[in-house]
Amino acid sequence: MKKQLMSGNQAIALGAWEAGARVGTGYPGTPSTEILENLTTYPDVYTEWSVNEKVALEVGVGSSLTGAKTLVTMKHVGLNVAADPLYTSAYIGVKGGLVIVTADDPALHSSQNEQDNRNVAYAAKLPALEPSDSEEARLFTRRAFEISEEFDTPVLLRSTTRISHSMSVVNPDPAGRPETETPVFERNIKKFVMIPAYARTRHVDLEERLVRLREFAEGFELNRVEPGSKKLGIITSGISYSYAKEAYPDASFLKLGMIHPLPEALIRKFAETVEHLVVVEELDPFFELRIRAMGLEVEGKNLFPLTGELSPDGVARPLEAAGFPSSKSGLEPLDPSKTPLPPRPPQLCPGCPHHFVFQTLRDLGVTVTGDIGCYTLGALPPYLSMDTCVDMGASISVSQGIEIAEDGKSGRKTAAVIGDSTFAHSGLTGLVNAVYNKRHTLNIVLDNGTTAMTGMQPNPLSGERINGEEAFALDYQKLGEGLGIESENIKVVDAYKPDDIKTAVEGLLASERVSLLVVKGTCVILKKRRIKQRRKS
Amino acid sequence: MANRISNVLMVGVGGQGVILASDILTLAAMHAGFDAKKSEIHGMSQRGGSVFSHIRFGKKVWSPTIAEGEADILFSLEEMETLRWLRFAGPRTRIICIRRQLKPAEVTEYPEGLDQALRTAAGKVEFLDPKEVVEIIGKQIYLNTAILGYMAGDLDIPEAAWQEAIRERVPEDTFEANWTAFEAGKVLPSTG
Repeated sequence: MKKQLMSGNQAIALGAWEAGARVGTGYPGTPSTEILENLTTYPDVYTEWSVNEKVALEVGVGSSLTGAKTLVTMKHVGLNVAADPLYTSAYIGVKGGLVIVTADDPALHSSQNEQDNRNVAYAAKLPALEPSDSEEARLFTRRAFEISEEFDTPVLLRSTTRISHSMSVVNPDPAGRPETETPVFERNIKKFVMIPAYARTRHVDLEERLVRLREFAEGFELNRVEPGSKKLGIITSGISYSYAKEAYPDASFLKLGMIHPLPEALIRKFAETVEHLVVVEELDPFFELRIRAMGLEVEGKNLFPLTGELSPDGVARPLEAAGFPSSKSGLEPLDPSKTPLPPRPPQLCPGCPHHFVFQTLRDLGVTVTGDIGCYTLGALPPYLSMDTCVDMGASISVSQGIEIAEDGKSGRKTAAVIGDSTFAHSGLTGLVNAVYNKRHTLNIVLDNGTTAMTGMQPNPLSGERINGEEAFALDYQKLGEGLGIESENIKVVDAYKPDDIKTAVEGLLASERVSLLVVKGTCVILKKRRIKQRRKS
Repeated sequence: MANRISNVLMVGVGGQGVILASDILTLAAMHAGFDAKKSEIHGMSQRGGSVFSHIRFGKKVWSPTIAEGEADILFSLEEMETLRWLRFAGPRTRIICIRRQLKPAEVTEYPEGLDQALRTAAGKVEFLDPKEVVEIIGKQIYLNTAILGYMAGDLDIPEAAWQEAIRERVPEDTFEANWTAFEAGKVLPSTG
């Protein structure tokens, strides 16, 4: 393969394939989704959209412990869902390399928070790598697999939106990938079964492994000193490196490819060679705090913000104010501020099947707990019919909390609104809780036949797998009955029939029982795509 | 070769084809032998929101995003969006704006006097009338390719690289029509 223009996500998929990955699992989430979608297109690798990130990682742990190199992908908040297996998988280690991608979203382009998952690498005691462009994304993914097997540990690969979704030149390895044999699971009880007695031993092993990883980091080729002017020394990683390099090409750099654990001796040595030491990092002062703990004098969050993304300007402005002239041209940016412009917020697509249900809920004046997906836009005008949005699946459980606290005194009814993929991801457990604890909330699944927000991924309710092959689709009626919801309190209506939606919502709210309403209407983008595909064939 | 970087910012509204057009430009730059990067955002912001794509190429490109004031070309598919992204333009920027007005959600009247405001803030702006362009090139779907042709004269990318890039990114049976539109784009009439 000759050089190609690839997004960071495409390059991670390529790197995993070149490394010999046999299994790829994940749950869609911006900005991580395209990694697995691309991995699916390569030969000799099994991929799946798992129902959620916890399941994805557990499937990945299983394949890794059997001996298959495994890639698991998710967005930053997805790693919260997968936190339970993550922390213990650090104890168990791996057999086939296990690389877990966390794609963080500074500036919240498409997320509910902007947590910095470098903190998770520290908390879970895992090595973590962070690339600065697509070619590095390919290379670092390959190195992550090697480190995983060499040190018997899962490895985190941290990307951010600007790495995952920016495109740059990639040089695929002409050698392709090594051939490997189908592995067979071999019993290793003391390593794989984390009962307290064995986990205690593994924790000691884990701490020893971290010491070895720290030593490794000192000489690791991806932790690189780039000597330059002695006046300014910059310690940085990931996209921040690209911005800082743009603004200060002549400064001295310590570029950290491995962001945890840190190479203390290398950092000390670098600090000695420069007059001013500055850490350039987005979000939390992750490097800065650790470098300060080494007793070194360093600047960082006194100059740069704790929120949002950096940019070439975002790096240059505070440093220029601190007396370090940047490479900027000095051309004065044009000023459009004299003409105030109306904002152009995202909105539900014209013809979106979610339209009528939000209109109905607005007109009925119910309290609506929302969830994660396109339909979160129901919170904005003209609908203004969403009162909460916390995390995946929270609509169903938060509504129960509101109902409990109000104890029927407000006179207002509560309805939970959740998409089909999100319902499969983590709505089911909340629904079990509602039935079990005798709640009487209305739970509305907006079934548009796909995971639309992240770009049309199939899910356990859409009857299709990641590679397009047909699959079992969960049956709402049977599912609801199985969970203990009375048959007459389970209804399926057409998303484009507002009267039916209204009748169903009113009827189910009046029933004072846990109820399940499925509003079905295919996503308009998916519809268009299908028409296009049909024309082609 | 000095490390002279070309910076192009393409902006518009979700669904206008900004991402495909920027793909073609970035690929063409790569085929021309440059280091090339582009940055855009997918996801929530695509749902009818403001869409942008930074394209940068040269001997060695660090940041995938352009610094404020430093775009060589600001190419906008929508009038209001041109103003919204104007801070990336400076005194030397070539500003190309398609005369098209798309109302944001919840806005009843499109703001008036934007072209005057644009001229006041920017000095020279090249306005292209999409109807006129489509009359020349034949079909609406080739509009963006034609505009790539329009700006190509300012970009140090040989014809073969453009051809290769367009071939890679458009459906096979539309290559000829796209190439014709690209060629026609080189001599499009604009109003200042």
